Amino acid sequence: MLTLESATVRFGERAALDAVDLEVAEHEIVCVLGPSGSGKSTLLRVVAGLHPPDGGRVLLDGADQAGVPVHRRGLGLMFQDHQLFPHRDVGANVAFGLRMHGVSRRDQERRVGELLDMVGLPGAERRAVAALSGGEQQRVALARALAPRPKLLMLDEPLGQLDRGLRERLVVELRTLFGQLGTTVLAVTHDQGEAFALADRVVVMCDGRIAQAGTPLEVWQRPASAFVARFLGFDNVVEATVTGAVADTVWGRVPVPEDSPQGACDLLVRPAGVRIGAPDEGLRCVVGTRTFRGNHVAVRLMPERGPVLEAECALRDAPEEGAAVGAGFDAAETVVLPARF
Amino acid sequence: MAVPVAFFALFFAYPVAAIVGRGLKVDGVWQFGRIGEVLTRPDIREVLWFTSWQALASTALTLLIALPGAYVFARFDFPGKQLLRAVVTVPFVLPTVVVGTAFLALLGRGGFLDELWGVRLDTTVWAILLAHVFFNYAVVVRTVGGLWAQLDPRQEEAARVLGAGRFAAWRRVTLPALAPAVAAAALMVFLFTFTSFGVVQILGGPGFSTLEVEIYRQTAQLLALPTAAVLTLVQFAAVGAILAVHAWTVRRRETALKLVDAAQTARRPRGAGQWALLCGVLLTVLLLILLPLGVLVERSVNTTGGHGFDFYRALASVDAGGGTFLVAPLEAIWNSLQYALVATVIALVVGGLAAAALTRRAGRLVRGFDALLMLPLGVSAVTVGFGFLITLDKPPLDLRTSWILVPLAQALVGVPFVVRTMLPVLRAVDGRLREAAAVLGASPLRAWREVDLPLVRRALLVAAGFAFAVSLGEFGATVFIARPDRPTLPVAVARLLGRAGELNYGQAMALSTILMVVCAVSLLLLERIRTDRSGEF
Repeated sequence: MLTLESATVRFGERAALDAVDLEVAEHEIVCVLGPSGSGKSTLLRVVAGLHPPDGGRVLLDGADQAGVPVHRRGLGLMFQDHQLFPHRDVGANVAFGLRMHGVSRRDQERRVGELLDMVGLPGAERRAVAALSGGEQQRVALARALAPRPKLLMLDEPLGQLDRGLRERLVVELRTLFGQLGTTVLAVTHDQGEAFALADRVVVMCDGRIAQAGTPLEVWQRPASAFVARFLGFDNVVEATVTGAVADTVWGRVPVPEDSPQGACDLLVRPAGVRIGAPDEGLRCVVGTRTFRGNHVAVRLMPERGPVLEAECALRDAPEEGAAVGAGFDAAETVVLPARF
Repeated sequence: MAVPVAFFALFFAYPVAAIVGRGLKVDGVWQFGRIGEVLTRPDIREVLWFTSWQALASTALTLLIALPGAYVFARFDFPGKQLLRAVVTVPFVLPTVVVGTAFLALLGRGGFLDELWGVRLDTTVWAILLAHVFFNYAVVVRTVGGLWAQLDPRQEEAARVLGAGRFAAWRRVTLPALAPAVAAAALMVFLFTFTSFGVVQILGGPGFSTLEVEIYRQTAQLLALPTAAVLTLVQFAAVGAILAVHAWTVRRRETALKLVDAAQTARRPRGAGQWALLCGVLLTVLLLILLPLGVLVERSVNTTGGHGFDFYRALASVDAGGGTFLVAPLEAIWNSLQYALVATVIALVVGGLAAAALTRRAGRLVRGFDALLMLPLGVSAVTVGFGFLITLDKPPLDLRTSWILVPLAQALVGVPFVVRTMLPVLRAVDGRLREAAAVLGASPLRAWREVDLPLVRRALLVAAGFAFAVSLGEFGATVFIARPDRPTLPVAVARLLGRAGELNYGQAMALSTILMVVCAVSLLLLERIRTDRSGEF
């Protein structure tokens, strides 16, 4: 469906996209995940034709898109801040793409009605755009992007400006909707929760390059690098040397899974893999702050050597702040990160 | 971009340069020594001195009188506010000739005050200053008041909560935010009064003369082109300097201010002090703006045999003026409307293209062009008019006998208004709306038609109205190039005023009234569609 071949965009010295290869298959939902400034919005703009690539190719259904203007690409793009036309009402906004494609007035009206039903705003045709709440605007923007039945729908931070409850509900609705319609989707976001909930496949970007691509589960379980691990919120990353099923680190010897790659590497220990025990067992630590997280407590441990260690435990097991404890490690929750970034 | 540049090069830079060249060149050799000669002449020095100080005094007086007005219009809500705001703007687009005439009717010989108390101010500087205040009141109210209405009152409240007194809060919070707008307004007023022509020409008498009036006198009456050329250069330099300062303050004003919707900051006045302030401002508007306009209308119907429409009737015949005109003065109305309409179209095309080009591109070059577009407002209209006559009279551009000459000159004055009105609106159109339209399948042209045009349509109408009104009132250049058998309204008024006799005077008043009504009606129509974002006039 969509293929990027070493797409490159430079802003002066800095490369916003650095030889990116990406493939999106028909009916697939791909989510590009990255911190701000990682080049993900540029990626969408290049695909849409709003920004010419400095190098590489964009192919849609195998056809090179160089020289094809934006309005002939047949794509849908939902902007971060929606960009609804302020001088048109809801119905006219949704009908805009249909009008551009010469759809008859009667068909326009029917399709607009359908779409507004679908996004949960039945009968909103005559409402003014300015009178809509953030969530409603988001729905109208989605209906507008879907109306001309684009080959590929692109979403730029689709839920970025909404509050958390609404976001969590909408992400589920979106996934269900795209599944029903069989829409091919390329979304970008900086929110890992959003990406994991929405996507069939996640692509993590860093400084204009793809750091890792895979299913949400794969990325979550086996981050490809220290960068990806840290971006996913894991801070227990140290340098290590692996020999057999044991890694030598500043925290001491940490057990790792049997088939781990050998030699110098970065080692990730998930908070759930840090067991808190008596002070004389394992690595000696002093308990720093405790943060209540609902179903568990996040505990920051200050080890006698090495960086801060984050642990996770049940509320009733949580040690007092300032207490001396010992920390052990669980091989199943450690990941040897193959590459350094 | 090419069209506006060509327009200004051909119809502005070329005529002005030609006339300066003609004045300063003898046998192809530049005579820069003449600049020194002219500038050391005592009479010229006097003109320079008077021009400068009357402009300063007018500016100070305007600020003093109009700033309370700006506050009242920004912060108070009262019945009739919309209408009143339109009324105070009427003088700004009135032809200077009409303003001069109105004050003559109020303060001059046989004028309103003369009849009542025997007070005459027409040969004093006060008449000029008051007319300038009358003319520029709206500039301050609109520029300063517009921003004031959008300042968040909660910022001042925050200062109050932090322990500042009422005055301290205003001085520390509101005033600094307002200062650039006040400076910009002051500079505009200074610019307009520095180059004042019609008002001084009519009210100044032989005693007072600004640069512009002196240029007219030297050119048209004394045929002293070298002197006129030097004075043109002096005025050019002065106006350039003023515009540079203006551009600088405007840019500073654009720095981060948190603005809110103007509709939310106004409320009903509370307490005796605020009511007194409101009444004071209303009284000022009544005396300063409505009274001169009213007297003008009264004079136009005040015939020897009691009140009647004799003067208006006389306008329809050729002979009534005693040979002043080749055609009936009433035809001037039709001429004016035609000219102004064509001028408006030219100004819209040139100004619209310039504004669009300025929006798309940024950079030092473009910023320079931005300032250049304001120059016609300040450069001697007399010079432009005379320059038209001597440069556009030979092939390939022989326009001297063509009617298009007048609208071209008038469009020069209209363009700055179009640019000023369109630029903020065009800049406010989010480029990504265009992108959104493109992604949905709209070609660039279609996207412009579907997105840009509807968003700027109101501003375009407002710009058209302003261009129309100022074209209608343009005097300095038109007086040179309008053919004797096709005078415009302001030219006809000036010609009538230049003749003795009650009938001529009465006809001038009647014609001025007509001109005023045409301007006022187009302005009131504008006020209905005016957007808050549009421009600073």
